[in-house]
Amino acid sequence: MGEEDYYLELCERPVHFEKANPVNCVFFDEANKQVFAVRSGGATGVVVKGPDDRNPISFRMEDKGEVKCIKFSLENKILAVQRTSKTVDFSNFIPDSSQLEYTQECKTKNANILGFCWTSSTEIVFITDQGIEFYQVLPEKRNLKLLKSQNINVNWYMYCPEGSVILLSTTVLGNVLQPFYFRAGTMSKLPKFEIELPAAPKSTKLSLSERDIAMATIYGQLYVLFLRHHSRTSNSAGAEVVLYHLPREGACKKMHILKLNRTGKFALNVVDNLVVVHHQDTETSVIFDIRLRGEFDGSVTLHHPVLPARSIQPYQIPAAGPAPVTSQSPVPCKLYSSSWIVFQPDIIISASQGYLWNLQVKLQPIVNLLPDKGRLMDFLLQRKECKMVILSVCSQMLTESDRATLPVIATVFDKLNQEYKKYLDAEQNYTMETPHKFVIAVLMEYIRSLNQFQITVQHYLHELVIRTLVQHSLFSTLHQFLQYHVLSDSKPLACLLLSLESFYPPAHQLSLDMLKRLSTANDEIVEVLLSKHQVLAALRFIRGIGGHDNISARKFLDAAKQTEDHMLFYTIFRFFEQRNQRLRGNPSFTPGENRAARKLWGSHIQYQEITGGWGGARKLLVWRTLGLVLKEQNFVPARISLSLFTVVRVDSGC
Amino acid sequence: MSAPKKERWTADSSSGPAATTSGGTASEAEVRSSGGSCLWAGRGRLPRLGGRAGMAAAASGAGAGAAQEKQFPPALLSFFIYNPRFGPREGEEENKILFYYPNEVEKNEKIRNVGLCEAIVQFTRTFSPSKPAKSLHTQKNRQFFNEPEENFWMVMVVRNPIIEKQSKDGKPVVEYQEEELLDKVYSSVLQQCYSMYKLFNGTFLRAMEDGGVKLLKERLEKFFHRYLQTLHLQSCDLLDIFGGISFFPLDKMTYLKIQSFINRMEESLSIVKYTAFLYNDQLIWSGLEQDDMRILYKYLTTSLFPRHIEPELAGRDSPIRAEMPGNLQHYGRFLTGPLNLNDPEAKCRFPKIFVNTDDTYEALHLIVYKAMSAAVCFMIDASIQPTLDFCRRLDSIVGPQLTVLASDICEQFNINKRMSGSEKEPQFKFIYFNHMNLAEKSTVHMRKTPSVSLTSVHPDLMKILGDINSDFTRVDEDEEIIVKAMSDYWVVGKKSDQRELYVILNQKNANLIEVNEEVKKLCATQFNNIFFLD
Repeated sequence: MGEEDYYLELCERPVHFEKANPVNCVFFDEANKQVFAVRSGGATGVVVKGPDDRNPISFRMEDKGEVKCIKFSLENKILAVQRTSKTVDFSNFIPDSSQLEYTQECKTKNANILGFCWTSSTEIVFITDQGIEFYQVLPEKRNLKLLKSQNINVNWYMYCPEGSVILLSTTVLGNVLQPFYFRAGTMSKLPKFEIELPAAPKSTKLSLSERDIAMATIYGQLYVLFLRHHSRTSNSAGAEVVLYHLPREGACKKMHILKLNRTGKFALNVVDNLVVVHHQDTETSVIFDIRLRGEFDGSVTLHHPVLPARSIQPYQIPAAGPAPVTSQSPVPCKLYSSSWIVFQPDIIISASQGYLWNLQVKLQPIVNLLPDKGRLMDFLLQRKECKMVILSVCSQMLTESDRATLPVIATVFDKLNQEYKKYLDAEQNYTMETPHKFVIAVLMEYIRSLNQFQITVQHYLHELVIRTLVQHSLFSTLHQFLQYHVLSDSKPLACLLLSLESFYPPAHQLSLDMLKRLSTANDEIVEVLLSKHQVLAALRFIRGIGGHDNISARKFLDAAKQTEDHMLFYTIFRFFEQRNQRLRGNPSFTPGENRAARKLWGSHIQYQEITGGWGGARKLLVWRTLGLVLKEQNFVPARISLSLFTVVRVDSGC
Repeated sequence: MSAPKKERWTADSSSGPAATTSGGTASEAEVRSSGGSCLWAGRGRLPRLGGRAGMAAAASGAGAGAAQEKQFPPALLSFFIYNPRFGPREGEEENKILFYYPNEVEKNEKIRNVGLCEAIVQFTRTFSPSKPAKSLHTQKNRQFFNEPEENFWMVMVVRNPIIEKQSKDGKPVVEYQEEELLDKVYSSVLQQCYSMYKLFNGTFLRAMEDGGVKLLKERLEKFFHRYLQTLHLQSCDLLDIFGGISFFPLDKMTYLKIQSFINRMEESLSIVKYTAFLYNDQLIWSGLEQDDMRILYKYLTTSLFPRHIEPELAGRDSPIRAEMPGNLQHYGRFLTGPLNLNDPEAKCRFPKIFVNTDDTYEALHLIVYKAMSAAVCFMIDASIQPTLDFCRRLDSIVGPQLTVLASDICEQFNINKRMSGSEKEPQFKFIYFNHMNLAEKSTVHMRKTPSVSLTSVHPDLMKILGDINSDFTRVDEDEEIIVKAMSDYWVVGKKSDQRELYVILNQKNANLIEVNEEVKKLCATQFNNIFFLD
């Protein structure tokens, strides 16, 4: 089996601790994820190692008897040690405070302490067989204050630090679970619920073991996972995992069933919102994703493993010791060993070997194990480190050898864009929340920084600036930014400005200026002017840049016609006749253009006759034509209005 | 369109404006309604050409014979504000008058003048109900009407320029130049009077709400008493029509640095509501709306800045960080507010200004702080009284950064100038204005001084510019007007979209084609980065 077939692996850098033996007791704290190695009851040393801190905490404490439980409060402020079934001892680890131990006895008479959990840096819960007691630790006073307590018969308990929930097993059978939720000095009782046992209990002895229960947060929701060894329905023999959703408010509800299709010894982990089920007999694991589509039977959803069962990737224990002299080759580690202990969410501890690993999911091998690309996308999109893998799926899909069919490609795009849309919506909400003044200031800083290092500012940044300004009607700010070219010229930006004209008329001018500066957008300028019925301006512009020999007369004549300005039409018409004369020695249009031009001209003349002819407009008409014609020969500027220039007076008389 | 818009009537000399001036010649008044675009409808362009020619000839003639003549520029005769609603009944007319300059004028005469204006406005409404009369032309003077707020009228009476000649028998003969003043220029001056009042006092209506007629009268008296003395009617021209803002040319990077500076200052001085940034009396950034900035800019550049001529101006171009004295951290100082921050008794009083009077009506304190040529205006809500501590904090934060920024701008500006080589280019005399962003450029005007804005060209040429501008206002389309003026001067006016450009050329024996080529050259060098039709 090649390396690319394993989709689960143990982390590369495990926490290594002294393995358990008669003189060395090992404890694991789920809240801080710390391993305690207590030698000789602490007299010869306690070493605490966590997953993040590579520097272990080590200290000594007096041997006052066998340690049953040992845990630091959050932030390692106070150490709590349980040595008897009635009391817990405390010592402060706060700098400059007394290290003398102080003791707290459980309040309930005749009760035995099953264990304790820290819920904050100074709050602790004792779980006894007769109930729970919630204390505040006052390290300066070196005593504890009872905040709240509750009497209830307890078989066993379980703590989920991520959800701050303690689960108590009650009743004789032990299958009624009572959750408590802790937050900032308060303890609240959540509705209790009953776990359905596989078959009707034969006796009145404890039937639900804590080994078969786990608590974990999946997709942001707290679930109680119950490993049911025998299905209640007789037709499927295999074991299954039942997921009970435990909401902050409201009753606990059975939601999902994960079908394992085998029996034997199992262990559960939750990695990257996936439920991982290890099977010791076959030394393989399977994964489930409750977000993937399953079979819904009206109340619960049935899920099957996402992928075929595979072993965790073989693991080599690094050669012992840092000494370079030992040239031992790495020892293969025994996987699925019976000495493994599994903790939530993703921790595997081998007490006999002295290792703590985090379990990890490898996404790349899954690409080849899951042939259904749609399902693969659904799966990958929910994973943390999925971007590069998705990218590789997409590129693989398009390469010659593995090319996917178009429907598959379409499905993949739809899946991607569905997620992208969610992101866009979230982004939109995000911008709404931040004050626009700050948004713009931040964008300006970013654009300044890009400019400073001469990096091209992408269009979308300019667009974002404009959108934010327009949204808050800050048009004068926008105008100033454009005036100082903070927003670099581009055709898309010019078009965006054009579209803003109805909200802010000066955007038209800004847009034309930008198109002009681009110097590659002359066609666009003509179109903009024509759309504004500025036919003369468009013609003057195109002539100014020397492009008037190649333009379509029809476009200009059409636009002139639309203005219903007879003089303007005549002017344009004459201009093109002059051009034809100059280019071809004949004022007539080319056959293609001819019909259209004549048609336009004809309807125009008709219109003139109906509305009363040329009389009143004649003077201006001739004068305007003169302007263009003369200009054509590079004579005088168009549209002259002269005060002391006699030529005009003479010509306008004709 | 149907009613004849040009009305001429002969006023009775006893009740007409002539009565207010000595001499008593029969005055011929011309009333223009603001429906100006039709004013010339019946006449077309040509008849006016003759008039212009005559004027040009007169101007050149005047130049020749100037030695024997005395010229008197236009002057402010009177200025008053009234509201006809305040004294509608006979005998109560005096109540209408809210302000009258000169105050020494006898009461009945005040009442008569106000009554006349009211009558003219009412009468001309018949012809143009939506737009009442804007000005009244008489032989000796011209009156301008403006109704900035409903029923509040402002009237300015300007005496026409006078030429005093010696007649053959040695007696002085006074000749009024009736056609010299441009309506648009002085109407704009009158509107500016209101805008300036509003900037520092808020609207008339708000004063009425706050303290009735009494308060309004007090405010008007206090403001206009001083302000009218600063009106220099003899030097008003095209720029007063535009009321534009001169923007400082700057590269993108330096501009972004300024943006960054402003944003940081607004963040650390959290009470700042708006900021404006100027360099060399030219605007770079404004957080205010255009119309508010336009009048604030006018105040800053014609009043506040000239009063605080830079003491350290001399060493401006040299790298200041090297020569900064040991105990002086920066060159920043307050132009408004406390003069000496070390004086514990220093008063932190800042001018109050009013902006966005149409909707949100905000009252602000105006803090103007300057380091070398860079000036920042911080505007904070008037309900917050800035303390001396605040001023010290502002000084310690803004001062050092602004000093560095000012020298950066100066350095960059010099580099840009060298690179574009604009120093060597032939200097065109032109005025440019863009209605869209109020940008204004003039190489005709010298640096503004507190007293007058000096122009480097003959007033007659300036008047032609004004005339061309009036022509432009009449038509929506793009236009170009070329005028041959006296001696070898040509004046070219171009209007493209919302932009106007006026060029004055002086070339010996130039013809139309050459003039056109020159203007093209100017457009290619100065305006190549905007869409300006040739």
